[in-house]
Amino acid sequence: MAKVPVEFTLNGSEKAEFIESGTTLLHALRDKIGDTSPKGGCHQGTCGACSVIIDGELRLSCLTLAETCNGADIKTTAGLAKGGVLHPLQRAFLDAFATQCGFCTPGMMMAAKVLLDRTPNPSRDDVVEALSGNICRCTGYEPIIQAVLLTARANSQNAA
Amino acid sequence: MPLALQTFPTVKDANATLQAAGTRYLGGGTLVIRAANEGDVSTSSLVRVTDPGLSQIAVAGGKVRLGASVTMAAIASHPELAAIAPAARAVGGPAIRNMATVGGNLFAPAPYGDFAVALLALDATVVTEDGETPVETFLAVRDTSRAIVTAVGFSLPTAESFRFLKVSRVKPKGVSVLSIAALLEMAADGTVASVRIAMGCMADRPIRALAAEKGLLGRKLTPQGIAPALAAAAEGTAPITDPIASAWYRAEVLPVYLGRLLLN
Repeated sequence: MAKVPVEFTLNGSEKAEFIESGTTLLHALRDKIGDTSPKGGCHQGTCGACSVIIDGELRLSCLTLAETCNGADIKTTAGLAKGGVLHPLQRAFLDAFATQCGFCTPGMMMAAKVLLDRTPNPSRDDVVEALSGNICRCTGYEPIIQAVLLTARANSQNAA
Repeated sequence: MPLALQTFPTVKDANATLQAAGTRYLGGGTLVIRAANEGDVSTSSLVRVTDPGLSQIAVAGGKVRLGASVTMAAIASHPELAAIAPAARAVGGPAIRNMATVGGNLFAPAPYGDFAVALLALDATVVTEDGETPVETFLAVRDTSRAIVTAVGFSLPTAESFRFLKVSRVKPKGVSVLSIAALLEMAADGTVASVRIAMGCMADRPIRALAAEKGLLGRKLTPQGIAPALAAAAEGTAPITDPIASAWYRAEVLPVYLGRLLLN
């Protein structure tokens, strides 16, 4: 199978790889580039564990071909912490006990980040809707919802 | 099995390549890549088109034209498409709605394809390089259709005339038990002057509720008025059985939800 070049920005750094045509972005990120923060859960677009942000929009990396992302700006949960300091979302997930096994957490954080980037003060319903494509089998969702609301409150207090 | 992706600037170039065996068109990937991930080896080659015209939404003079690559998220957030936004919002979660396209939805097997149910109720037209086809005809022959869908067109309904309901067990979002879309025009005396009802999951693809439509004409939207339509609702249906619900269950609850949609 012919290899094709892909180039995109991942969490602010330029990445270039030769990949097999038809490789999913999830596979390229995890096995070629070494960013294992997006998780492969169902590979069917059902669980949301592979969620990443492409050009500001939440997408499923398991259903996206890497070669369609040429020139794109891709963000993953691996890029949230800066210089060893946790992102407010990560801090809130810890404080609200929103992570148990942790498998869904990176996808939840990406979905939450897109929401908070666009809606800094979301209602509870906004949060539920934003996380509706992400499945968690541990927490019962409530701690995750609280963590996102906590982040929004902390952000608005810092801004004030 | 690896997939080879070929990218073309125009639909015309891509249509020729799509004739080859084992080749499928790649839209948002939520059906095609999903099938490949599941182990479907019948597809070895994918074709996509980057023409930006395929992602355009045009609303003018009460007519809507949605490019085939327009996503559910784009419809849901478009200020002039508020009347049909509930149908787009019913599809998947936020990530799926950013990917899933109008064109792909026409090919989605039940229990998917909620937006195509809306298009069937709206009597939409499906546009390909070969011409325009009524969506009802297109859905019937979609398995053998090889020409790339470029757009769908329909008359924009008013928010009052268009109704959409999706039933799922998982809240707020889940796979359809069934979905129903209805386009209703009322006469001055409060009776139904014209009606089109489409249903999802009541066959392997969206179908019309012809018996229910007939039963509603000239009737008022009251419990007594709609009773004959509800009694006939399951006529001609062949509901799917899947892990979400059995065919029996879907047939049993269809009149209940159709009633709620009509009386709401």
